[in-house]
Amino acid sequence: MQITEDRLLDARGLLCPMPVVKAGKEIKSLEPGQVLKILATDRGSVADMPAWAEDTGNELIEWHEEDGVFVYLVRKGQEA
Amino acid sequence: MSETDTMETVGLAEEAVRQIVREELERSKKQDPAARKAAIIASKGTLDFAYPPLILATTAAAMGMETHVFFTFYGLNIIHKDFESKLKVSPVGNPAMPTPIPMPNLVTVIPGMGPMATSMMKSKFERKHVATIRELLDVARESDVHLVACQMTMEVFGYREDEFIERVEFGGAAAFLSEARRAHMTLFV
Repeated sequence: MQITEDRLLDARGLLCPMPVVKAGKEIKSLEPGQVLKILATDRGSVADMPAWAEDTGNELIEWHEEDGVFVYLVRKGQEA
Repeated sequence: MSETDTMETVGLAEEAVRQIVREELERSKKQDPAARKAAIIASKGTLDFAYPPLILATTAAAMGMETHVFFTFYGLNIIHKDFESKLKVSPVGNPAMPTPIPMPNLVTVIPGMGPMATSMMKSKFERKHVATIRELLDVARESDVHLVACQMTMEVFGYREDEFIERVEFGGAAAFLSEARRAHMTLFV
């Protein structure tokens, strides 16, 4: 099933900690249940995004790599 | 009532109690404010050591933590209005520092080597799109990280409050410790 995002964060070219910092900022503007799509090229984000999502009560629906770009779909949690 | 009946009733009650205890523990863990708090000490005043406390502080804030950074001794450089000129890298006594050509440590004391190392690191960070110290300080303040200058070392080095960037707070060891003892995460950089 194709999940469409409510907001897109382009964090390509940015290194740690900026993808997570920007994701933390963006998700604040969403309502619980809405989906944030994040694009990143930072290889560290593969470990950081799941950790950030889990720790903040958001749900990492899925992630994959597409031509060197890491794509993350995060659903905002009820208590996040 | 037979003996088995009594046993069963007790068994059920015990399971119910365990369930309640588990739920209460989960609830109190969620409400534990210390789990959502970080207290960091930044004690070094070089460009390379300005990064770790600021990276961790901005990330902690992005992870929803109330974050305090206590700048003491040379760490005061990081929040000084002139941080851009004050924060340098020193190759002296730093054999781990990558150099374009292998360099004996003695050479690193030659005048000009420090500024060269500093500009090399700055341009390398820029090429790789690492956030600048200014950006990290801006993000930290936007995300309500408490930046606290150590009053005692300010006194020793002769700094005035207006020499620091905006929104810096001032405090001493007790101010830091009273936050740190309520934080599960405390780091000394």
